[in-house]
Amino acid sequence: MSGSSSMASAVESIALPILALAGAVLLFGGFVWLGGTSPTETWILLFKGAFGDAFSWQNTLQRSAPLMLTALCVAIPQRAGLMVIGGEGALVLGGLACAGLPYLISPPASAAGTVMVLLAGAAAGAAWIGIVGALRQYRGVNETISSLLMGYLAVALFKHFVEGPMRDPSSLNKPSTLPLDPAILMGLIPGYEVHWGLVWGVACCLIAGFWLYGSTHGFATRVVGGNARAARLVGLPSHRLVITACALGGACAGLAGAIEVSAVHTNANASLIAGLGYTGILVSFVARHNPWAVIPVAILFGGFGSAGSLLQRRLDLPDASVLVLQGFAFVMILASEALRGRLGELLARRPGIPANSLSQVPA
Amino acid sequence: MSESSIWFDVIIAVLGGAIRVGTPFLFVSLGECLTEKSGRINLGLEGVLVLSAMAGFGGSYLTGSPWLGVLLAGCAGALLALLHGLLCSLKGVNDIATGIALMLLGAGLAFYLGKGLIQPQAAQIPSIDLGGWSDSQQVQAALRINALFPIGVALAALMAWAMANTRWGLIVRMAGDSSDASRALGYSVNTVRVLATMAGGFIAGLGGASLSLYYPGSWNEGLSSGQGLIAVALVIYAGWQPIMCLWAALLFGGAGALGPALQSVGISAGYHLFNAMPYALTLLILIWTCSPKRSLQGAPMELNVSR
Repeated sequence: MSGSSSMASAVESIALPILALAGAVLLFGGFVWLGGTSPTETWILLFKGAFGDAFSWQNTLQRSAPLMLTALCVAIPQRAGLMVIGGEGALVLGGLACAGLPYLISPPASAAGTVMVLLAGAAAGAAWIGIVGALRQYRGVNETISSLLMGYLAVALFKHFVEGPMRDPSSLNKPSTLPLDPAILMGLIPGYEVHWGLVWGVACCLIAGFWLYGSTHGFATRVVGGNARAARLVGLPSHRLVITACALGGACAGLAGAIEVSAVHTNANASLIAGLGYTGILVSFVARHNPWAVIPVAILFGGFGSAGSLLQRRLDLPDASVLVLQGFAFVMILASEALRGRLGELLARRPGIPANSLSQVPA
Repeated sequence: MSESSIWFDVIIAVLGGAIRVGTPFLFVSLGECLTEKSGRINLGLEGVLVLSAMAGFGGSYLTGSPWLGVLLAGCAGALLALLHGLLCSLKGVNDIATGIALMLLGAGLAFYLGKGLIQPQAAQIPSIDLGGWSDSQQVQAALRINALFPIGVALAALMAWAMANTRWGLIVRMAGDSSDASRALGYSVNTVRVLATMAGGFIAGLGGASLSLYYPGSWNEGLSSGQGLIAVALVIYAGWQPIMCLWAALLFGGAGALGPALQSVGISAGYHLFNAMPYALTLLILIWTCSPKRSLQGAPMELNVSR
């Protein structure tokens, strides 16, 4: 009995988001039709732009890497019972730390240097979100609000340093930090036009999943998140577990910022503040805070991003169309949550047999 | 120019800026306050603000009347907030996640529909001169205030009074403090919250109109710099009291005006840090007033953050 119900819930976890996305794409078709654009052409381009050929796949995967990492900044603390929404702050500080490390020490001009700047970014993110966890545990400050505020502080610090003390004097129109040494920049995966950030993102998601579901430490974290009182009763060090989970999540978001700097922008500038942290929140919600499910969901949302530029070029739709589509998708996915646990019931309902009569059948 | 008159200029600019920059803050924070009083957080007010700014600008541009634009802005805000209210009424739907979804959707719709509004000029909300008594140009400029501002002040007073003294105020507060008590008295918690969220969206929409029809007074995609999200911080800062929202909005507005004011007299170092002062202040106040034993003071008990 429990086997079949867990099977049903697994089917539901996959079917619900797919139905919701189909609904969102339909809705989007109707929306562009109102503006006089052909919906079928839009749908075809949407698919082509996201997953149509090798080029669009590469674009999609490239965009999905930071989303995986910022989603982990929500998913991991959530498992410890904290709803952190400040991944954007950890991301920009991660990018700043990555670009800033060469100001302090000179990292070796090799792959080791790349790892060092990435770790600097991860450390900055870990410290930032770790503070959020510590404030929650020791002062009772709500983590959702403090992480939001810390996100703004991070963006202000970022702008202050990029336009002030760390500014490259030769960056005139767009204030930036000094560019990273080309030898430190993150390269492409051999044979593909995708940078190594994707590997980092996927690896972090996989490791986070194994840690949560396969290790004692991860299990203890989930106990704290599931029932903090029970965790205290069995003597788990909940303060330490919660702060660790926050720091790990923050490290992922910081790494995302560092990857964006070392693989895409080559220096820290305002383009880094692109709302990747906020999209990550939704990726995590859609994946139901499961690190493994984050991977496909992030790829899907990366696909939306890369399809957007094609829609803009070919159909002359505003670049905001992708925001509209994402908004529809998120709204539909959230609304579909209401059907969870009832999808089977709805499908199984036959005329003449009221659904509630099934439960009265003696076992 | 002497040293003292420089500081006088800065202070006058900050005071004027407090009202000019603070007016949208006032409306979004009042909207957020009403929503939170009923027991939900609406992070989607950021989307509401952007969408209503576009709707207000479009309305004023098409009809030629800024007040019709203001009305349209309020209605657009109310509609988007209604969506938030309805979604959150579904079982198992989280209000924070919904807010972020609506933030994206609102911004997306506004940018999409507002593409054609970036160039034109629309009729602006009139200003009220309160500085006629002074000979000083700066004082006159600082006291030339947005006609929406007095409306916002009246609204804050009205909300404070209604929350404390009317049946409706009590119903909203009860939905926010104890859904069990609401149900026991026969009120549908969801209906109350949907209506409160919608009314909050209308109020926040007026803030959007203030952005696009007064200051900065045009429609572009960078119009809102997160005022809708800051509203959540403002309401905490204000301790969920409408009158305190007014002071908080002026304080945040003034802090936002400090950076440009200092820049205009040649002090540009730390511009962004000055802008971030309100957030740091809110965070410090939170750290100061919270303790592991008791959560936020004055927060509605049903709110996600107090549980």
